[in-house]
Amino acid sequence: MGAVQRRIGRGTAIVLALFAPVVLGQGSVVDEIAKYRAALQDGNPAELWEVRGEDLWKQKRGPNAVSLERCDLGLGPGGVKGAYAQLPKYFADADRVMDLESRIVWCMVKLQGYTDADAKRNPFGAGNDKKADMEALVAYVTSESRGIRMNVGLNHPKEQEAYRLGEKIFFYRGGPHDFGCATCHGDDNKRIRLQDLPNLTKTEGAQKAYTTWPAYRVSQGELRSFQWRLNDCFRQQRFPELEFTSDASVALTMFLARNANGAAYDAPAIKR
Amino acid sequence: MADPMKIRANLVGDSTEVKVLMSHEMETGQRKDAQGKTIPAWHIQTVTATYNGKTVLSAQWGPAVSKNPFLSFKFKGGAKGDKVQVTWVDNKGDKRTDEATIA
Repeated sequence: MGAVQRRIGRGTAIVLALFAPVVLGQGSVVDEIAKYRAALQDGNPAELWEVRGEDLWKQKRGPNAVSLERCDLGLGPGGVKGAYAQLPKYFADADRVMDLESRIVWCMVKLQGYTDADAKRNPFGAGNDKKADMEALVAYVTSESRGIRMNVGLNHPKEQEAYRLGEKIFFYRGGPHDFGCATCHGDDNKRIRLQDLPNLTKTEGAQKAYTTWPAYRVSQGELRSFQWRLNDCFRQQRFPELEFTSDASVALTMFLARNANGAAYDAPAIKR
Repeated sequence: MADPMKIRANLVGDSTEVKVLMSHEMETGQRKDAQGKTIPAWHIQTVTATYNGKTVLSAQWGPAVSKNPFLSFKFKGGAKGDKVQVTWVDNKGDKRTDEATIA
C-alpha cells in the first residue's frame, strides 16, 4: 500500500493512495486480497457515487422537470429505504418483473418524461467524460438498503417464471467456448487468475456475491451495477451482448437475488 | 464543475481525525488513448485543510496519487461542532472546497 507519513506542523498526515496490488504470493492470495479490501473499506469511493446519486434522485430533471422522489420501487411512491433488498419483483403497473435498473428506467420514462432510449443511454460509465447517471442512482438506492436482510418474494406467477428462466440461463451452456455461468460459478474453489469465484449454486456463495454488488472496482475507477456485472459475465463467456434491463437480465438477477435471501445486504462495496 | 468531496471529522481523544474522499480523475499524463495520443496530465496539485482559519495540513500532490483519492490525517485539538475545511486545486486551476463538522 502507498502509505506516506509526514509530519506537517503539529499534525500527522497519512496519504493513502488507492492502487492495485502489484505482486502477491500465491499461497496467501486470498488473505492478501481480503486485507487489501479491508484497507480500502474505510475510504470507499463508492460513496462519491452515492452522494451524486442522491442529488440526481432529488433533482427536478427530464422534460417534465420532476424528481424521482415519487418513484415506486415496490414500497410505494417515495419508499427507498430497504427497497433494493426486495428487488426484483413483479410490478402490476408495468405488468412485468423488474430489477432496480429497469424500475429506474420506468420511473424516468413515466415520471420525468424521458424516452425509453434516452433513459437507457449510457448505463455504464467510462471516466470523467462519460459519467453514468444510472450507476450513481443505483449507488444511492442500494446504499439505502445496507444492513437490511434480503427478502425477494416468489409469490406472483411472473416472479416464479422469472426465477425459473434465470435458473435456466444460469445453467445454459453455449457460445464458441461451450460456456455457461455454472462453468465458473457451479463448484467450490474455482478461480480466474487470482480471483476466487463464488459458488452461486450454494446459499452461502450466492449470499456473499449478491450482497456485495454494486461495487467500486478499483481497477476501473468506476462504480459498477449488477446489470454491469451480468453484462460483463456474458462478454467473458463470449455470449451475445446482454441487453440492458432485458427480461433475460432481470430473470438472471431474480435467480441470484432470491438465492441470496436471508443475508444482510452490504453494498455498495469495494472490489479489486 | 467538480463533484463534492466526502469529509468526515471525528474527535478522538485530544486530536481530530479527518477522512476525506475526493472525486478526481488524477490523469498521470503517461497514458495514451486509443489513437495513441497522450492523455494530458490532469491531477490535484495542492490540498489544504484549515481549522478555525488556521492551516492544519498543506500537501503537494503529483500524478502518483490514485484516481478518487482518499486522505486521512490527524491534528491536535479541535472541538465538537467546529468546522474543518478542505480545498484542492488541480493543474488546470479547477478547485473545490468542502467542509465538515467535527463529531
